[in-house]
Amino acid sequence: MVSRKKKVIMDAKEVSWTIKRMAHEIVEKSYGIKDLVIVGIQTRGVHLAKRIAREIESIENKEVPVGSLDITLYRDDVDSIAHQPMVKETAIPFDITDKKVVLVDDVLFAGRTVRAALDELIDFGRPKLIRLAVLIDRGLRELPIQPDFVGKVYPTSSKELVCVNLKEVDGEDNVILKEEA
Amino acid sequence: MQLRQKDLLGLEYLDKEEINLILETARPFKDLFTRSVKKVPPLRGKTVVLLFYEPSTRTRTSFELAAKRLSADVLNISASTSSVAKGESLIDTAKTLEAMKADFVVIRHSMAGAPHILASKIGASIINAGDGTHEHPTQGLLDMFTIWERKGKLSGLKVAIVGDILHSRVARSNIWGLNKMGAKVYVIGPATLIPPRIEDMGVKVYYDLDDIIGELDVINVLRIQMERQKENLFPSLREYNEIFGITEERLKRAKEDLLVMHPGPMNRGIEISSSVADSSRSAITEQVTNGVAVRMAVLYLLAGGDSRGVRK
Repeated sequence: MVSRKKKVIMDAKEVSWTIKRMAHEIVEKSYGIKDLVIVGIQTRGVHLAKRIAREIESIENKEVPVGSLDITLYRDDVDSIAHQPMVKETAIPFDITDKKVVLVDDVLFAGRTVRAALDELIDFGRPKLIRLAVLIDRGLRELPIQPDFVGKVYPTSSKELVCVNLKEVDGEDNVILKEEA
Repeated sequence: MQLRQKDLLGLEYLDKEEINLILETARPFKDLFTRSVKKVPPLRGKTVVLLFYEPSTRTRTSFELAAKRLSADVLNISASTSSVAKGESLIDTAKTLEAMKADFVVIRHSMAGAPHILASKIGASIINAGDGTHEHPTQGLLDMFTIWERKGKLSGLKVAIVGDILHSRVARSNIWGLNKMGAKVYVIGPATLIPPRIEDMGVKVYYDLDDIIGELDVINVLRIQMERQKENLFPSLREYNEIFGITEERLKRAKEDLLVMHPGPMNRGIEISSSVADSSRSAITEQVTNGVAVRMAVLYLLAGGDSRGVRK
């Protein structure tokens, strides 16, 4: 699909400030970091989760456990996509039972990824609660799922694309709105 | 990247990229086994039929577990307790399964080529679980996965397959696969158990294990198939053990990190000694675990459908 760049939604500074703010909000809403664990959804959600965890550590001076979740095997479209997506690593090296889990992803769109992630998480144990943190909420939900922590709400049309770039994978930090050409 | 076929009939028909894809997909599936819930949903609502015309415990249960861990429904049909015993032909059995909307048929048959016939007759994905002395592709894949995991690579390794090459579908699948992945393959056994012109498959033949043992990275020990030894192809089991048995004594001349594998079931004290089979060099129990992961990867990837996608 050919697409052209339309607008920069967030630049590197904004990405950094936003992650800091979200870290503070998570600590505030969780009333500290007791029993707090962070789980990122592959691929960019994992890097965001690690960054949020680092910010929380610098606020609270204590380490927060971070895990990664690959939702490929829990997708609801196995029958309708052209071929099977590559399965990536899921690594949750701690028990999530009775923990406060913050699930992290880059973009919240239809909500189907989060649905899959919730199903998978629950196979790992019974958390006390699960909250959702996303860098961008672009609207157009197809399931009744809402985020608890949002970097930026940015309503879009279904013809647009929201690309989150992160240094760890893309070499730079920013969020770009693209449109199908 | 995806598999370019609806069936897995043999490693002869896969290319290097496809083999790599299966091995890489097997890794995250193996990670699942450490979770408390080992089951994931991608094949929910699919039906896997296990059609076994020859006895098997290991392969059948491994496929069954793989399918169940992917949330598929599994039907077991063994020839001795089904309409096959009443004289139904392979193709009629297949048509019946198709009418029941099976998505996958895993078949083991004593005739080479039986899975190919099925594949050409019905739309379900056919997986060859051993056809005569032809191929046993998932065993080949799990052996390669085991080597890859232990050694970090396949290319450039010297791998020997020792024993009854003549009757071994495991050997043939290993040879096809390992050659494609760039390993050097040696076959070693009594002359009567080495098929003529096996060199044409791209292997080196040795009749004395001790000539080459010092160079090997991996040794895959085949089972002496008692059920096929009525032809008196070697004088005695004791003599076989003397010359080809994998013992501590013989391995003294081997590399420190030589990996020993066996597809099972083992005849302890004949082709392999108990102390070697249970040593840290041996990956024999690991092979069983890897077998489930590799079969999950195959089922998962075949479910992806392709241009010929009769299924859906």
